[in-house]
Amino acid sequence: MWSWSFTWSTLPYILDAMKMTILATIVGFAIALVGGLLLAMGRRSKNRLISLIFTGVIEFVRSTPLLVQLYFLFYGLPAIGISLGPFTAGVLGLGIHYSAYLSEVYRSGIEAVPRGQWEAAKALNFTRWTMWRRIILPQAIRPVVPVLGNYLIVMFKETPVLSAITLVEMLMAAKMIGAESFRYLEAFTLVGILFLILSYASSLLIRRLELKWNRT
Amino acid sequence: MNFASKEAPVVRYRKVSKSFGDLTILREIDLDIAPGEKIAVIGPSGSGKTTMARLLMTLEEPSSGTIEVDGEHLWHKNVNGKLVRADEKHLHSIRGKIGMVFQHFNLFPHMSILRNVTEAPIHVLGLDKEEAIDRAITMLRKVGLADKLDHYPTQLSGGQKQRVAIARALVMRPKVMLFDEVTSALDPELVGEVLAVIREIAAEGEMAMLLITHEMDFARDVADRIIFTDGGRIVEQGTPEQIFYKPESPRLQTFLSRFRAG
Repeated sequence: MWSWSFTWSTLPYILDAMKMTILATIVGFAIALVGGLLLAMGRRSKNRLISLIFTGVIEFVRSTPLLVQLYFLFYGLPAIGISLGPFTAGVLGLGIHYSAYLSEVYRSGIEAVPRGQWEAAKALNFTRWTMWRRIILPQAIRPVVPVLGNYLIVMFKETPVLSAITLVEMLMAAKMIGAESFRYLEAFTLVGILFLILSYASSLLIRRLELKWNRT
Repeated sequence: MNFASKEAPVVRYRKVSKSFGDLTILREIDLDIAPGEKIAVIGPSGSGKTTMARLLMTLEEPSSGTIEVDGEHLWHKNVNGKLVRADEKHLHSIRGKIGMVFQHFNLFPHMSILRNVTEAPIHVLGLDKEEAIDRAITMLRKVGLADKLDHYPTQLSGGQKQRVAIARALVMRPKVMLFDEVTSALDPELVGEVLAVIREIAAEGEMAMLLITHEMDFARDVADRIIFTDGGRIVEQGTPEQIFYKPESPRLQTFLSRFRAG
């Protein structure tokens, strides 16, 4: 039976854990945004070996489950003297995992920049770095913003996997409430509803950002 | 024919060849461009005209031969008396002397007209912002677009875009400007305004120009010398009078007759 009073009593705990979920998403996604760009650019390197190494890293990360990567970071690395807290290991894992996906998104954006843009930049004698920063990336990233936003939401919905490395995010909080009270229905339902609200709100936000950018 | 100038050439092609796989585009081209000289390059499509310019702009690398700019090797470096392939740093140090205007304009679509023209002066030449804007506005006035500073490329006609592209290249003050079929992508009624701008710049004199073009009247009026290329070779060259009124080679005669018929 559903108990409203129990539901309200668990809400503060779950909202508290929600902060952790959101924080992990933001930090993890920030890592993925930067990491994905570096991977995409590394893969384009004219140096065959560098390009091959980056391609290998991307394929490796994409072909192994996030959960395995998290276990490796959290339970495996201490064996070689690197001990990470659950939050650090969690956002690193999410960040690295998603940077492999985002690198493909960036890649499609970069490849869509017409060849004439690279040639014009070269004819004006831009250095490689300035060309990337001022000519290529602004044109490459704008059209892929919706896809990047979509990955943000996908990543957000995948944060419960961090409960596997003891991070107290929303799912973990609900499990703990259930374990103490033997009532699982209310807590898990709340978690589901909160995920829905947050995902939907972010998708609206992303759509507005998209519209705003398309206007200019 | 004698085009030897008293001054040292600003550009010197020596036995320059370019092939893509089995396809040979240029065969051992020799060409000197004197400072301030205006050269028009004419010839059928696929004759290697555009590739000549692209090698000088460092957009393509020659398969063999050397190109010198201002007495310095462009694609090579002299290391202990041996020519070795130059690195990007070396290319960067010489590339600034060359400017190029493209067939398809290649304006930066995410920047206003003013920023299209100030971007390289600020971030390549290191000018401060006010000076770059001053220079840019002077150039945009020269091409008749000083009233479009805040517009974006998509808001301009093809002719206007190409004039911005010319201003963007001029503002870097190159010693040699390459015009690669700059009117070929334009509607016929917009060709005139672009050619007028180029004529005006040519009349100022200081800058050497390599004009790859299908506009024969324009080539005759503007060029000091005309080069006719076919099959990757310079088949004939001379003053506009020689080329248009006394063509020697049968291939040039055929080429010109096609234009006269049309």
